[in-house]
Amino acid sequence: MSATNLKCRECGSQYELGAEYVCSRCFGPLEAEYDLTHLAGEPGELRRRIQGGPQNIWRYADFLPLAGAQPPSAGRRSSGFGLPAGCTPLIQADRLAERLGIGQVWVKNDAHNPTHSFKDRVVSVAAARARELGFDVLACASTGNLANSVAAHGAALGMESYVFIPSNLEEQKILATGVYGTNLVKVRGNYDDVNRLCTELSGERDWAFVNVNLRPYYAEGSKTIAYEVTEQLGWKTPDRIVAPVASGSLFTKIGKGFEEWLSLGLIDGELPVMNGAQASGCAPVATAWEAGEEVCRPVKPDTIAKSLAIGNPADGPFALDLARRSGGAVDSVTDEEIREGIRLLAETAGIFTETAGGVTTATLAKLAREGRIAADESVVLVITGDGLKTLDAVRDTFTSHEIDPSFDDFVSEVENTAVPA
Amino acid sequence: MTVTVKLPTQLRAAAGGSGEVVVPVEGGTVATVIEALFAEHGELRERLTDEDGELRRFVNLYVDGEDIRFSEGLETAVDDGGEVQVLPAVAGG
Repeated sequence: MSATNLKCRECGSQYELGAEYVCSRCFGPLEAEYDLTHLAGEPGELRRRIQGGPQNIWRYADFLPLAGAQPPSAGRRSSGFGLPAGCTPLIQADRLAERLGIGQVWVKNDAHNPTHSFKDRVVSVAAARARELGFDVLACASTGNLANSVAAHGAALGMESYVFIPSNLEEQKILATGVYGTNLVKVRGNYDDVNRLCTELSGERDWAFVNVNLRPYYAEGSKTIAYEVTEQLGWKTPDRIVAPVASGSLFTKIGKGFEEWLSLGLIDGELPVMNGAQASGCAPVATAWEAGEEVCRPVKPDTIAKSLAIGNPADGPFALDLARRSGGAVDSVTDEEIREGIRLLAETAGIFTETAGGVTTATLAKLAREGRIAADESVVLVITGDGLKTLDAVRDTFTSHEIDPSFDDFVSEVENTAVPA
Repeated sequence: MTVTVKLPTQLRAAAGGSGEVVVPVEGGTVATVIEALFAEHGELRERLTDEDGELRRFVNLYVDGEDIRFSEGLETAVDDGGEVQVLPAVAGG
């Protein structure tokens, strides 16, 4: 195993690899640490080993915090060993690049995961670690995508699950959670209320809350996006990443993934410019960025991008630091821009994303419009979830024709009718 | 007046093992409640505040369920019989 211990990101205190997430000395968040020295020196061999691994995140097991080399599920197809996350497509979106007037745009389409969002990466790692630690119950506080993933992983692994969500979540996300037979708890409050309840519950129940007491393991799963992108680009980094920011965990772990592989000499290039994307109706990190502050003041979310509606982002300070270190920024876009972003990606790339992807695409469009992307850059747009999860966002955004089943009707009602643009 | 302070598992060892501490306070603000808590369980001071006496940045405080950063911070009023909850900052939906 490469993971050696957990370490406090604030004061550096070290802990064993247990179900701990907070430093008992200073309350700072704990993060998995690795000893990668045995992997240094032979990048060619390591690359070949990765390429020969399973077609899912466990091809990167050397860089994930499990006690076993990889879970027994890694190369198998049986659902009883978990759901295969990762190895999602990286598509060169030429028409999108052309529309925005920039060089190269690649779309990392994580809607291709088993429950149609990047959350399957983090839940795969957390669930595997939960089993190693002997837990019987999976649980989470979720804005929707995580709910889908925890319920599905619980079902596949035969583990009981408890999923806590804000009661006003999109219907699609509620239905696509309950169907797996989880204990679905709708909390009257926003995500931050749900999260506060789950933080309290995690101390009172012996459950694996994937994003609370298993958080140091869970969060590491997001690094696999960086690994895959570089592998798909021929073992080199792109110039820029545009990714959504909710708690800030995904964003910072993508950065960590690049930095780990760069320091091992496994990939060419340098840390990409990291651009974070938030909805202006919930933009505590973008607001802190604009004000030049290092901590985020919490907000009450009011946006259609509910999967990003975390008003109290725990990893906000680290996201700000990464944006600053990489020459990037954290921007926000309005709900109207989010709808336009969804439409833009759909029309130019044939990819239908949820509201969070609308935030990310709209932020890319904003950067392009403001001339903040050089003409020769390669940019990777991280699309984290599927448009079918947030159908309300596109309702009434286009027109259609309704006709009788007759040729004449088709000609008169469709062909001879100018469709309003 | 008295106020109940709810502590997370990570802090209970420093408070005699209890998850709830009822502290007597005069003048009800979060700051006075926290001082009263430190008076009873001195070890908690170092856990919750830094060298300058400021609240550590990953410590979240709630009065009757509301984050104090939405109110007056440490000057937020606490009523007799009210509840102050201490929780670590974690999130990720």
